[in-house]
Amino acid sequence: MSILGKLSLHSIPYDVPILVGTFCGVVVLASIVIGLITYYKKWGVLWNDWFTSIDHKRLGIMYIVLALVMLLRGFADAMMMRLQLAFATDGGTGYLPPHHYDQIFTAHGVIMIIFMAMPFMIGLMNIVLPLQIGARDVAFPFMNNLSFWLTVGGAILINISLFIGEFAKTGWVAYPPLAGLKFSPDVGVDYYIWALQISGIGTTLTAVNFLATVFKMRAPGMKLMDMPIFTWTCTWANILIALSFPILTAVLAMLTLDRYLDFHFFTIAGGGNSMMYINLFWAWGHPEVYILVLPAFGIFSEVVSTFTGKRLFGYKSMVWATASISVLGFIVWLHHFFTMGSSANVNAFFGVATMIIAIPTGVKLFNWLFTMYRGRLRITVPVMWTLGFMVTFTIGGMTGVLLAVPGADYVLHNSLFLIAHFHNTIIGGAVFGYLAGFAFWFPKAMGFHLNVKLGKAAFWCWLIGFFLAFMPLYVLGFLGMTRRLNHTNNPQWDMWLYIALIGAFVIMAGIACQLLQLYVSFRDRKQNLDTTGDPWNGHTLEWSTASPPQVYNFAEIPTVYDIDAFTDMKEKGTAYVRKDSYAPIHMPKNTKAGMAIAGSVTIMGFALIWHIWWLAALGLLGGFISLVARAYTSDVDYYIQPDEVLRTETAHLDSNNVAKG
Amino acid sequence: MILLLTRILSKIALAITVALLAGCQGGVLDPKGQVGIEEKQLIIVATVLMLLVVIPVIFMTLYFAWKYREGRNEIYEPKWSHSTKIETIVWAVPIVIIIILGVITWKSTHALDPYKPLKSDKEHINVQVVSLNWKWLFIYPDLGIATVNEVAFPADVPVAFNISSDGIMNSFFIPQLGSQIYAMAGMVTKVHLIANEPGTFKGFSSNFSGPGFTGMKFKAIATPNEADFDKWVAKVKASGNALTSASFAELAKDSENHPVEYFGTVKPGLFNDIVMKFMKDYGRVEILKGGPFDSKMMQEMDKLNQNGSMGHDSMSMDHGSVDHNKMKMGQESSDKMNTEADK
Repeated sequence: MSILGKLSLHSIPYDVPILVGTFCGVVVLASIVIGLITYYKKWGVLWNDWFTSIDHKRLGIMYIVLALVMLLRGFADAMMMRLQLAFATDGGTGYLPPHHYDQIFTAHGVIMIIFMAMPFMIGLMNIVLPLQIGARDVAFPFMNNLSFWLTVGGAILINISLFIGEFAKTGWVAYPPLAGLKFSPDVGVDYYIWALQISGIGTTLTAVNFLATVFKMRAPGMKLMDMPIFTWTCTWANILIALSFPILTAVLAMLTLDRYLDFHFFTIAGGGNSMMYINLFWAWGHPEVYILVLPAFGIFSEVVSTFTGKRLFGYKSMVWATASISVLGFIVWLHHFFTMGSSANVNAFFGVATMIIAIPTGVKLFNWLFTMYRGRLRITVPVMWTLGFMVTFTIGGMTGVLLAVPGADYVLHNSLFLIAHFHNTIIGGAVFGYLAGFAFWFPKAMGFHLNVKLGKAAFWCWLIGFFLAFMPLYVLGFLGMTRRLNHTNNPQWDMWLYIALIGAFVIMAGIACQLLQLYVSFRDRKQNLDTTGDPWNGHTLEWSTASPPQVYNFAEIPTVYDIDAFTDMKEKGTAYVRKDSYAPIHMPKNTKAGMAIAGSVTIMGFALIWHIWWLAALGLLGGFISLVARAYTSDVDYYIQPDEVLRTETAHLDSNNVAKG
Repeated sequence: MILLLTRILSKIALAITVALLAGCQGGVLDPKGQVGIEEKQLIIVATVLMLLVVIPVIFMTLYFAWKYREGRNEIYEPKWSHSTKIETIVWAVPIVIIIILGVITWKSTHALDPYKPLKSDKEHINVQVVSLNWKWLFIYPDLGIATVNEVAFPADVPVAFNISSDGIMNSFFIPQLGSQIYAMAGMVTKVHLIANEPGTFKGFSSNFSGPGFTGMKFKAIATPNEADFDKWVAKVKASGNALTSASFAELAKDSENHPVEYFGTVKPGLFNDIVMKFMKDYGRVEILKGGPFDSKMMQEMDKLNQNGSMGHDSMSMDHGSVDHNKMKMGQESSDKMNTEADK
């Protein structure tokens, strides 16, 4: 074996025109970005203020930038699939042979869930959660930076697989035996393993970090049952991450041992059992969907209660509903494979357990409804996403319960009905939620408002596009079309496949509107500054800070007396109190260690994928040395001096006063 | 792109007309067998039941948003956030619906258990199914014939499918007849189906299994009567091909869009061989553990491997007992041996 392991010139797909074109596009785009950064001399800013930052707000913004970039990648995959299925009808084979097409649908799933939805959710949580509980940062600011860069490392690996080697051709679940060495001898599955493994560890660390933050760093007076509802839903999501991601780590480790060291955890001929992989995968995979959607539920709760100018209806019900969804989420994994041949008792148990989740979910919907009841609803962009969600998600929930009936699942399993269902819940639930949160907290994080017209246009394109793209898939499921087909030969299906393609184009228009919205809003930012820090008349503590928030968040940690802590302060007249002097504020220093560790681990991952053992050892060593070096660094903190705090606070209160006349 | 658009528009116009005329032919809402018919009814009942909540929720969402929007002087109660009456109702309504649905689920899951033999006054037909890369092998153990990508049975006669895989996991599915079930190497799963009327139905794998997956289709033919079925059997027998260990090895090699093939004779116990190929070590390990029946078990295993009469009766014997799922052959044979030892 050569010094480069399995890597050779043949690993580069220079004979695939689509990939060569993509590669050129990426190179051009990267050159433009690098050129612009150099031209405006922003490398220092980027490095010092962003890449090495341990500020949760900046990390949150970087997470969301990552999510948006990966959204474009994942959506490009989606467009290619829809185009392929629209071309390849009536016996045609389309333009994507299985070798390429199978990689695309695998990458689409992995990217959208692991590298789009997760970073988006974690990004919003990063920006908002510490502010909501009145904390100055998270419990472990350096670890937060490390988590982010580990996520980026995974994302880099999955993107490298486009141009060096290939990605997995197994579907995003990578079931053995198909994902085993015998049937997938190439590097695709190894890319899958290491991209998920590295980013997964980052996610686990994030959960640990935020759990410590929520349990130890709440403002005085804030009991658990006083926490803002978004913080609550994130906390449950973090509990789910902490409990379920280790399962993913373990199952991937076992698959790694099977593939690298000839273990037989999942190879049946060696006494292993592939069904165990499927069980373990979904023991992580099912909680994962609640990890995605619970914070979105929290966002909708915040949006509804803010824009109706009302307290959230049934706060306690909401918290307990979230809790029961989280607990039940762990005992329903088998509904992903009712068709494996379990006994009727087993299938019926998991079916009924799944349905029970519909109860707390239904309660949540009713509570949002009764929050609107007797309120003053301002129809803003976040509210439009919320209303769109309530209509769309209800349908997705219904089809989900239908799939939970084993007798129905026997004929709908793995059909396009299933695809329609989970897109209905993940797009109509999680993504709509994140986009609501994006519009809601954007002025807080960035200091200026988003363009409303383009925001509304984006919403309508997404909503209409969603229905056009996915309702036909329900029909196709009933018509007997199964998932992951490369081409079809059934004239009855054609019309629905074409409608779905049109829907995908409409969603594309929605995404374009959002990119344009970002550009226009940035261009006109001077006219649309949020000088108040509280643009929506918010209920919770994040709105008491400036926009963007002071680096230390709170000059003095507030004392909390109510769930709607900031509304309470505004009513009591304690919201904007001037002080003559402040205490110095203890802050963590920026660090390169996160990038160094994650960078080394990513190199190790790449080397392991290609069996370049010496480089893998170097990567591991580099990561270890960086970690030890960081552990022995004592220069990790500094103080913000009282006069600087005073200046910052006075500026915030002045601009707020001016804005309010 | 323009080409595609014009193509799409013309196709849509045509397809709408066709769809309106044809309804949803050929899918799971157009069942032709008892199992599928019951599953369709189940889907409809469950959907209607859920619409009882879903429709009001959608309606209330739009109505409340419209009624309480800013600028209409409706009642405004910013501090109203709790009502025991409403809370009770919003918990009770979903609970009641889910209890009803739960009972339906429990009953229907047992009624539609794919492992449960179908009630019929006619004797069922045994078919052993093996998923290969990327085609379906059907063995008729009682008739001594085998086919590839085509399976036939008379209408109104129940069929017992015993299913396994030669490698990658697939899912055996004939949508118009009903339930699908996974095909897994080293294991045997089961599904019982029946066609209520004659016809040719589409069958395929519904679990992705690699590059040839799309072409992994078969025809399921329900003949009008047993005489027609016998004719079909005679046609298969007349093909003269023999499915031996050697020709099976040839057949098992990767191939895509495989044509229909007939085998007039089949090596007895071939299905068992295919399953046991993965489980040999499993059996041996058990035996090596020692015990009074060791040598006897060895003989029994070998006998089983040779004649391989893993017929339906022995398979369904333990149906409904505690551990009928995940049919491990090793386990199964030892079960059988225990029963024999008891005798």
